[in-house]
Amino acid sequence: MDAPLLTVDRIVKRFGSFTAVDGVSLEVRGGETVGLLGVNGAGKTTLMNMILGLITPSEGSIRSFGLELERHRLEILARTNFCTTYATLPGNLKVHHNLEIFARLYGVKHAREKVAELLELLEITRLADKITGQLSAGESTRVNLAKALLNDPDLLLLDEPTASLDPDIADKVRKLVRHVQRSRHPAILYTSHNMRDIEEVCDRILFLHQGRILAEGTADEITRRFEGRNLDEVFIKIARSEIEALQS
Amino acid sequence: MIRPATILALVTRQVLLFTRNPVRAFELFFWPIVQLMVWGFVTQFLQQHSVGEDGFGRFITFLIGGIILWDALFRSQQGVAISYLEDVWTRNLLNIFAAPIRMTEYLAASFTVGFLRVLVTAAVLAAIAWFAYAFDLFQFRWTLVIYYGNLMMFGWALGILSISMILRWGHAAESLAWAVPFMVQPFACVFYGVDVLPGWMRAVALALPPAHVFEGMREVLAGEPVDPGRLALATGLNVLYLLAAGLLFSRMFAIARKRGLLVKAASS
Repeated sequence: MDAPLLTVDRIVKRFGSFTAVDGVSLEVRGGETVGLLGVNGAGKTTLMNMILGLITPSEGSIRSFGLELERHRLEILARTNFCTTYATLPGNLKVHHNLEIFARLYGVKHAREKVAELLELLEITRLADKITGQLSAGESTRVNLAKALLNDPDLLLLDEPTASLDPDIADKVRKLVRHVQRSRHPAILYTSHNMRDIEEVCDRILFLHQGRILAEGTADEITRRFEGRNLDEVFIKIARSEIEALQS
Repeated sequence: MIRPATILALVTRQVLLFTRNPVRAFELFFWPIVQLMVWGFVTQFLQQHSVGEDGFGRFITFLIGGIILWDALFRSQQGVAISYLEDVWTRNLLNIFAAPIRMTEYLAASFTVGFLRVLVTAAVLAAIAWFAYAFDLFQFRWTLVIYYGNLMMFGWALGILSISMILRWGHAAESLAWAVPFMVQPFACVFYGVDVLPGWMRAVALALPPAHVFEGMREVLAGEPVDPGRLALATGLNVLYLLAAGLLFSRMFAIARKRGLLVKAASS
């Protein structure tokens, strides 16, 4: 079996007396998509931000591509990319300018050609000359995804990429992620509140609750384990803390 | 019809903003105090040094030279501070800091932006000063490059100080991007000589590179020879201030990563 591209080992993050992530360990291998599921405040985004080096862990370690994040930040980030609802590209520049700038920051050779290729893949070539700030939510998400794919990342972090998208665009985004999975085999870490996203895209799910991994497995395994009819129902049970009763 | 309760609610909102945010409260006093200090010292300087028609004419050239050179400091500080704030305002901060970029590269890019801003505005101001006031900026010859270099270096250091504070205190501290250069202005002796300052302020002024640059500028405009020692001291001080600012930024960046402040600033 391939060595994991991402290894998170007993990671803890405390903000004062509040523990956002509490001893989480996980591994993601090339070609594998792992879903992070959990209610708001479960620690998903904090975990992703630690993997990106934006937040330093209080305890534990993060290794990407076999390298320690704190010591090899630049090498790791050059092979990593992400898309999150918390970041957008500068709204006052044209889409192709933004993407070309980020292509250069990621050391992409032939930046213009790469941007053109990605715009075509995402079916947004028509947006190239548009001002980024004037795009709709769906268009903006696809442009952010294009940025996330600029460096053909070996590790791709997608934080709620379908949030605020209509079902049609959300479906296109899921198809795109599956296409990237098949064609480039990156390790993908995917968070979403959309259970359909998780079921369709992820090979394995980690259910985070109050900073800890509550359950791990495929969507079917987790649904069966918590005696739900579907993942949605399990999610609601966990959100309402009904799961303690199930566990005992 | 005007409803007093509505007005009271809106006023309460503003008062609460002031009382909950020390930077806003600080600003309330800061700008008038700076204005009063600067123009008070200008008046004292004018009284002491503008004896006769020649004296007043010389004062005017000091003023024009001061205004043009001060812009170099302000513009380079803005280049650093506003570059960072642009990333905050456009919610691009996470994209930048999660990209494979060294902090030194990020700062070097913002220094370059500051330098370009200075270059453009200096050209425009020099032309206007020449045509409108017959003030020749190039009369300083080679020392002009040293003046500009020193003021830009200090502007960069202040820019780094500004973004360090914004990084640490978030949106509440954004107005410091504009206020920081003016905190220094009364001590920089842009429009008046160091000798008009009271003792403790003079000591602070002499520890700051701009005071030496502006003193040097006035000496040259008064027909005195260039003092290379003064310019060397300004350059040495600038190196120290830039190093200190770099260390401060590095420390604040580490604190921001530890406390999640980068993410908070980017997503709020």
